[in-house]
Amino acid sequence: MSTLSERILGAPAGDYVDRQVDRAYVHDGTGVLTLEAWRAMEAGAPARPGRCYVLFDHIVPANNSVTAGLQHDLRMFARQQGFHFTDVGDGICHQLMGEGIALPGEIMVGADSHTCTLGAFGAFATGVGATDMAAIWAEGGTWFRVPETIAMRMRGALSGPAEAKDLALTYVGRLSMDGATYRSLEFVGDGVASLSIESRMTLSNLAVETGAKAGLFYADGSTCRYLGAYGHRVNPQEPEECCYERELHFDLGEVVPVVAVPPRVDCVKPVAEMEGKPLDQVFVGTCTNGRFEDLSRFAALIRGEKVKVRTLIAPASRSVLERATETGILATLVRAGCTILPPGCGPCLGAHQGVLGEGEVCLSTANRNFKNRMGVGGEIYLGSVATAAASARAGFLAAPEATP
Amino acid sequence: MKIEGRALCLGLDIDTDVIIAGRYLRTKDRSEWARHAFEDLDPSLAQRLEGTVIIAGKNFGCGSSREQAAIALKEAGVRGVIAPSFARIFFRNAINIGLPVIECECTCSDNEAVSADPGTGAVTIGTHTYHTRPLSPRMLEILSAGGLVAYWRGRR
Ligand code: SF4
Repeated sequence: MSTLSERILGAPAGDYVDRQVDRAYVHDGTGVLTLEAWRAMEAGAPARPGRCYVLFDHIVPANNSVTAGLQHDLRMFARQQGFHFTDVGDGICHQLMGEGIALPGEIMVGADSHTCTLGAFGAFATGVGATDMAAIWAEGGTWFRVPETIAMRMRGALSGPAEAKDLALTYVGRLSMDGATYRSLEFVGDGVASLSIESRMTLSNLAVETGAKAGLFYADGSTCRYLGAYGHRVNPQEPEECCYERELHFDLGEVVPVVAVPPRVDCVKPVAEMEGKPLDQVFVGTCTNGRFEDLSRFAALIRGEKVKVRTLIAPASRSVLERATETGILATLVRAGCTILPPGCGPCLGAHQGVLGEGEVCLSTANRNFKNRMGVGGEIYLGSVATAAASARAGFLAAPEATP
Repeated sequence: MKIEGRALCLGLDIDTDVIIAGRYLRTKDRSEWARHAFEDLDPSLAQRLEGTVIIAGKNFGCGSSREQAAIALKEAGVRGVIAPSFARIFFRNAINIGLPVIECECTCSDNEAVSADPGTGAVTIGTHTYHTRPLSPRMLEILSAGGLVAYWRGRR
């Protein structure tokens, strides 16, 4: 009887195993270093180029000619090797891998800590560093230590204005920033069925903020339908009785809108307690909350109004942007005074497109609020899309009302 | 394999954004990362890293997967990092680039003499010796080769 991680990795917790990986991906940031390590290894040809992906999302389009040069080199390399490649404007790596590429039961590695996002599909997906990735290009696999698992048992359904993001921040607050170091999280219980695939991606995304290696959901009917739309026929994964290291219980009906107070993701407080904090910027996007569900919720809450603080919106992928265009959501956002950024990470990592100045405060739907992350001297409060909308309308940090 | 140096004591949950800020990642110049290591914690720290062994609190290296964090420390002359626990990607990265890391809960004051052996798990700080879990044989091999690139080249 095994946890999902044990089942996918094929060994009990604590074992070291060597495994081929089903997908391996890098972005323009980590890809540059991976390529450097790869060249230094002089490893010949990649073992399984058809399983390798290079996805440009971090600084797109390039902010200066140094970045442009590094990106050009990596782009040429990816094409020469026959890697899958997505360019400027296509979207965030984790989102694109979640648009019909990640499949239940796969082993996935990404040279980015939020690779755990793909656990939403019942894949074992975890982040690795650049040199590790170069060796994976060379060998097609790597070693893993099979993690112990913490069960996140969910009951009921989210209600009122609470979103998956609030649940995610709530669990990070309960586990703390290292409460799950080296562990996997498994999201289980009757409450899971009520969560959309997009919401599950948000929950898996934050797993690494507790130190976890992966955050997995069992593939169920919703997963099969979602992947069916991309032409995949997959089967649900049936949970087994298994041995969890710990169990945490969550009553979804009790989750309230919260924010993570800088500079810690685990310093989580009800928005109501922080209401009135002046804001200089609201940012909606990232691999946490830049999906269609998020943009459309934001648009529904802001429709017919004008934002009172500069508001930046970055769709997580080109297809999100396409749907937002076709459904009129984009027009609503533009009319409300929002600034639309190209699909990608946007200002999340503080490199371009909305960097904060000294003393500026941002309410962001991202996953990290570390000191200076979005700009030296800037402060980042993390919250849900509904909190972002309420705050954009108010011009200060404001608690959301129930989502229509 | 032994690491020796002066203790540099840091707090807990030191994240990779603090070790090397995102704004310095758009270069391949390793000395640039070394010059700006820990800048947001204490801008004078980078010049004092040469010859030190960092003794930190739990969860060292949490946050992003940026390997530049481990490289910055190695380039700046840090001999190794000792902490009760590490974020797993930082831990893997450190070994892959040849920076020794040891999991050990210990107390320290700045500039005490440190000597440690990742192969036996013995850590001596000042006059006190701790015994902790050694690294796996494979990790030790990668470290003694000087990192995963050199290890890989050596195996061909
Ligand atoms: S959106 Fe932010 S957290 Fe997500 S991959 Fe990009 S930089 Fe990282």
